Amino acid sequence: METVKSIGIDAGSTTLKIVGVNEKGKILFSIVEDADPKVEEQTERVLNKLKENYDIESSKIVATGYGSNLIKADKKVTEITCHAKGIYEYFKTGGTAVDIGGQDNKVILISKNGKVIDFIMNDKCASGTGRFLENTAWRLKIPTEKMAELALNSDGEVKISSTCAVFAESEVISHLSRGQKLEHVIKGLHRAMVKRITSMIYAVGFNPPLMLSGGVAKNKAVVKMLEEELGEKPMIPENPQIMGAFGAALIGLSQ
Amino acid sequence: MDVKDKIKYIFSYKIAGKLLIELNTKKAFKNFKPPKNWRTDILAPPLRTGVYTKEIIAKHYLEGRYVSGVKPVAWVTSGAPIEILKALGFYILYPENHGALCGARKVALEISEEAEKKGYSIDICSYARTDIGATLSKKTPVGKLPKPDLLLCCTNICQTVLYWYRVLAEYYKVPLIVIDTPFVYDEAKKHDIEYVKKQLEASIEVSEKVAGKSLSFSKLKEVVRLSKMAAELWLEIMNANKNKPAPISVFDQFIHMAPIVEKRGDPETVDFYSKMLDEIRERIKNGIGAVKNERKRVLWDNLPIWYKIRFLSEFLAENGVSVVASTYTNAWGELAPMMDIERPIESMAKTYVYPILNRGTGHKLKTMETMVKEFDLDGAILHSDRSCKPYSVGQMDQRLKLLNELGVAALLLEADHNDPRAFADEQIKSRLKAFMEMMD
Ligand code: SF4
Repeated sequence: METVKSIGIDAGSTTLKIVGVNEKGKILFSIVEDADPKVEEQTERVLNKLKENYDIESSKIVATGYGSNLIKADKKVTEITCHAKGIYEYFKTGGTAVDIGGQDNKVILISKNGKVIDFIMNDKCASGTGRFLENTAWRLKIPTEKMAELALNSDGEVKISSTCAVFAESEVISHLSRGQKLEHVIKGLHRAMVKRITSMIYAVGFNPPLMLSGGVAKNKAVVKMLEEELGEKPMIPENPQIMGAFGAALIGLSQ
Repeated sequence: MDVKDKIKYIFSYKIAGKLLIELNTKKAFKNFKPPKNWRTDILAPPLRTGVYTKEIIAKHYLEGRYVSGVKPVAWVTSGAPIEILKALGFYILYPENHGALCGARKVALEISEEAEKKGYSIDICSYARTDIGATLSKKTPVGKLPKPDLLLCCTNICQTVLYWYRVLAEYYKVPLIVIDTPFVYDEAKKHDIEYVKKQLEASIEVSEKVAGKSLSFSKLKEVVRLSKMAAELWLEIMNANKNKPAPISVFDQFIHMAPIVEKRGDPETVDFYSKMLDEIRERIKNGIGAVKNERKRVLWDNLPIWYKIRFLSEFLAENGVSVVASTYTNAWGELAPMMDIERPIESMAKTYVYPILNRGTGHKLKTMETMVKEFDLDGAILHSDRSCKPYSVGQMDQRLKLLNELGVAALLLEADHNDPRAFADEQIKSRLKAFMEMMD
């Protein structure tokens, strides 16, 4: 049984991410689940299951994310510090880290030696987050994964002017009812979301390279449009959702 | 003056009320100890002289309950030139301070909803909503507010006050004096000051009429002198925080600034701040800091978040972060040197043109930059106040400049000074924590 030196838990608003590393910081396992309302029980269940395959008796546990208060851990660190750590260690470079999550976006400026220089998060508003697309997908009864495909293959684009997730949804409906093509509207919706993200990036000052994480980094249309808007190809980790938990696990190593 | 009113005033306020309050203060001072749930593990005990803050404010609002018909009553904006009214013997009420008190006692929301029910938009400044709500519903934690006989509105803080005071004037059917202060981009022009001076002179006649007596110039000079003295002491109290550790946090200042706003020009206010300064000097001598383990020093920009003062103070202190300087509390001290006892009206015109909110955003940036250097700060928290547009405009750029040019951590914190609906607990905590981790 392999010994897990440190475990990072990122209890986000929509998903729970758990990563275990060995003493060298190598990822031994990573788990991503939809978040239960009772995140403390969910975490315990996952950890118990892990015991079947890993030795986690002496693992350090570092928690981050909105649910971190409910989790038993050796240390609690904010998502900003964890994401910065995870991304920096993954890519071994400073730059601009952009994490697009379910309800939260963060833009973090990371220095050459991995320090957080500045950060910004969306305040009190889900515009530009995963929710922005999910809302409309749900309303149109299209699977969220399909949204990106539609946008990518679209030969046109309708301008969505509202950045509010709720208003954008009704704007989409009204465009459709006026006979606009579905894929044009969906592409426009992606554009509105990306513009919201780029404005956050500009608010802290863009410093290449651009490093993406969070569930939405899997959305190819968002990635492509970000590249168009910023003129910079984003770097994306293999599993973008676990960067916060990875960073948390790494922080545990130095405990 | 109604004789019955006068008797009630003398008995309930001047004799019984005052005596009771003073006795309580004496007792509180003698047996001084921190409140039960005070976090003595992370914070120094509250200032002992703070019992006098309570006394001054308690007396002020108690007098307000009985003052109608005895003294003329004026309601004024926080940046209003009150010296003339003071010299004429007015009882002066600051709706903004009353609003802050409602905020700190956590009743501002309930009261502003009274205004919202009548159609006042949620987008109006929460002070205005609290005051209009209190006016319409008569709800207040201080028992009763005296009706105004005169309203004095000075536009040196914002334009909201202009519309707000027009509402009050219509509701109470009393005269409204508006002192219009031209915006100062760099330096005020000579004609700007002249323009304000003329308005001040013109206001004398209206105020005299309401007061039923004429202005004594020597009394005015005395009020200006006391006003200046109190402001200078306040400035000195704030500057004491250049010491390490800082003896008094900005959260303490938020509480103890009430007299410099509300009771400026009174001799008691001068005595009070001089006592407070003594206690602070004592703290410095003994190396006592407001935050027990002061590791990082930061500034606060914009209004306090009245309903979360305790929470914020403890949350930051737990991590050894002391808030030692603020543009807000500074506003009531920085202009003191401009007051000239020999030329009261003219110097008032100048003083009241220069408040921070009546100046360009570059000035505020400069103020913060100076604070970073003089107070040796590690970071800045810029409260982006949903209510107060004039204070919040420019903060995006100011934040970036502090970060990039001075290399201090800087955080924009979105909330509202009096409306708890604009405060998201978890979000605020996570941003503040990340900000603190960034400074480490
Ligand atoms: S808008 Fe700002 S300056 Fe004006 S009354 Fe409200 S808090 Fe004061």
